Amino acid sequence: MATDLAALVASLKTRFGDDVLGHTEFRGQFSVGLRRGANLSVLRYLRDEAQFEMLTDVTCVDSLNLPPEMRKEYPERFAVVYQLYSLSANQRLRVKACVPEEPCEIDSVTPLWEAANWGEREAYDMFGVVFKGHPGLKRILMPDNYEGHPLRKDYPLKGRGERDRFPKYTEMPER
Amino acid sequence: MGIDSASIEKVAPHAAQTLAMNIGPQHPATHGTLRLKVELDGEVIVRCEPEIGFLHTGFEKLGEYRNYNQFVVISDRMNYLSPLNNNIGFAVACEELFGVQVPPRGQYLRVIMAELSRLADHVISIGLQGMDLGAFSVMLWTFIEREKLYDIFEAVTGARLTTSWTRVGGVFRDAPPDFPVLVRGFLAKFPAVLDECECMLSRNRIFMDRCIGVGTLTKEQAVSYGVTGPLLRACGVPYDIRKARPYLCYDQLDFEIPTRPEGDVYARYQVRLAEMRQAIRIIVQALDKLPGGGENKEKLPVSSLDHKVTLPPKDMVYSDMESLIHHFKITMPGHGVIPPQGEVYSCTEAPNGELGFYLVSDGTGLPYRVRVRPPSFYNYATMPKQVTGRMISDAVSVLASLNVIAGELDR
Repeated sequence: MATDLAALVASLKTRFGDDVLGHTEFRGQFSVGLRRGANLSVLRYLRDEAQFEMLTDVTCVDSLNLPPEMRKEYPERFAVVYQLYSLSANQRLRVKACVPEEPCEIDSVTPLWEAANWGEREAYDMFGVVFKGHPGLKRILMPDNYEGHPLRKDYPLKGRGERDRFPKYTEMPER
Repeated sequence: MGIDSASIEKVAPHAAQTLAMNIGPQHPATHGTLRLKVELDGEVIVRCEPEIGFLHTGFEKLGEYRNYNQFVVISDRMNYLSPLNNNIGFAVACEELFGVQVPPRGQYLRVIMAELSRLADHVISIGLQGMDLGAFSVMLWTFIEREKLYDIFEAVTGARLTTSWTRVGGVFRDAPPDFPVLVRGFLAKFPAVLDECECMLSRNRIFMDRCIGVGTLTKEQAVSYGVTGPLLRACGVPYDIRKARPYLCYDQLDFEIPTRPEGDVYARYQVRLAEMRQAIRIIVQALDKLPGGGENKEKLPVSSLDHKVTLPPKDMVYSDMESLIHHFKITMPGHGVIPPQGEVYSCTEAPNGELGFYLVSDGTGLPYRVRVRPPSFYNYATMPKQVTGRMISDAVSVLASLNVIAGELDR
């Protein structure tokens, strides 16, 4: 099974050229790095041609504090991580599309999978990555009027005092 | 997050004919703090928008400031109907990252506990499904069974709910000698209770009317939404991680994956019932095969003997220099259990579906990133699809069948 995946990853390189930044293998799991603009086309190819029917998870990693030796997997500040699963071939593949700090945006994959809707909303909420073409990109876990993106590495664990600034009930608008 | 009039108005800006209504966040049918903003035309739902995050606790952020063993405690709090499955899921992910093997006795114990926990989750899920549709007594019966299961959990883990039972590389202690007796005693009576519940619900006219054909998802929709677990299997997709990616010792046990083709609420109920019967099969086999049996006279280990990862036995710490060093290294902040640099995505079959952990390690004792892929999150995203165009009472039925646990939904 692993050889099939290795062949697939190699074919991605020949097919998409520079858009595919490289791949890593760790504990038998393959992960492919992508340039920012290429995520939609490569993922469409993986879904339609390589039978990865299922997007099990979308998330993001902030590489701000990563040690230098791990930076080559994360050439930009953020990486949007897609966990793909193929029901027919029982294979998993991880795809990482890098997103710079400015402009912090990437194409949404909601046209491909419905699952991306909430997954991308959470990644936006927690990391501030804007997904272009998302049908309703707004915060999902944090309150709508929240400032900041809590899972960024430069966001302190105890917050920036949001708890003290939280509007009191008496200050809420009249109903 | 207050209940602001602005957000209610946003639901129905043109509300001449339709009525905007809030279900939750405090509502008996939501089983937790969920909020549904629905737009009604008479009693028919025209639009439905779930709002989540009321129980957001920042577990993923917290995970970056805790070492791998400390996160086990946090994993309890995610799915509070089946904390053991979360413990085990996280431990399996860590072991994959560390490259540690759990000894057979530890694996079998974990499988037995995971399946008991699955019973506790499914049985309560069915009970609550009955309760939401008006069959209150089923819920009371199932709660009695869950109490019995919690007694077993207490005997093994020392806690009923916040079990924190696993450690990286094993479990924190061996099961008590009477463990097989306790479990077999429970299993002797449990199938009769399942039959009773089935008698009450499966051919019940009201239950059937409110379940059959409600909330139907097709196979393609379910796959596109990333739905997993009993919901996906009720759509006819035989995807079970215990078979697709066998972890622990599931490959040595014989069981089936029950599926139904219909994809509605009733099919989910049937899949859960059938899964419980399979879980009983798994537990009985695992008890028969449990290395060392209940007494464990040969003192077979339950945790890995690689003491760079698991704590050495206390008497060795007091008598052996090397064990003392290992103990010190594991427990002191700044040392800890150090994995290699790298990242893994590991998933296990929790009662609600695929529970995934995506761990990024930068080669220190603290994980760089802990991503939890909760099954409820992706399952609940299908809610608008399932209820739009249906009666408002169907929303209650669908919600009950999703078995959404707010703790893992919001993390």
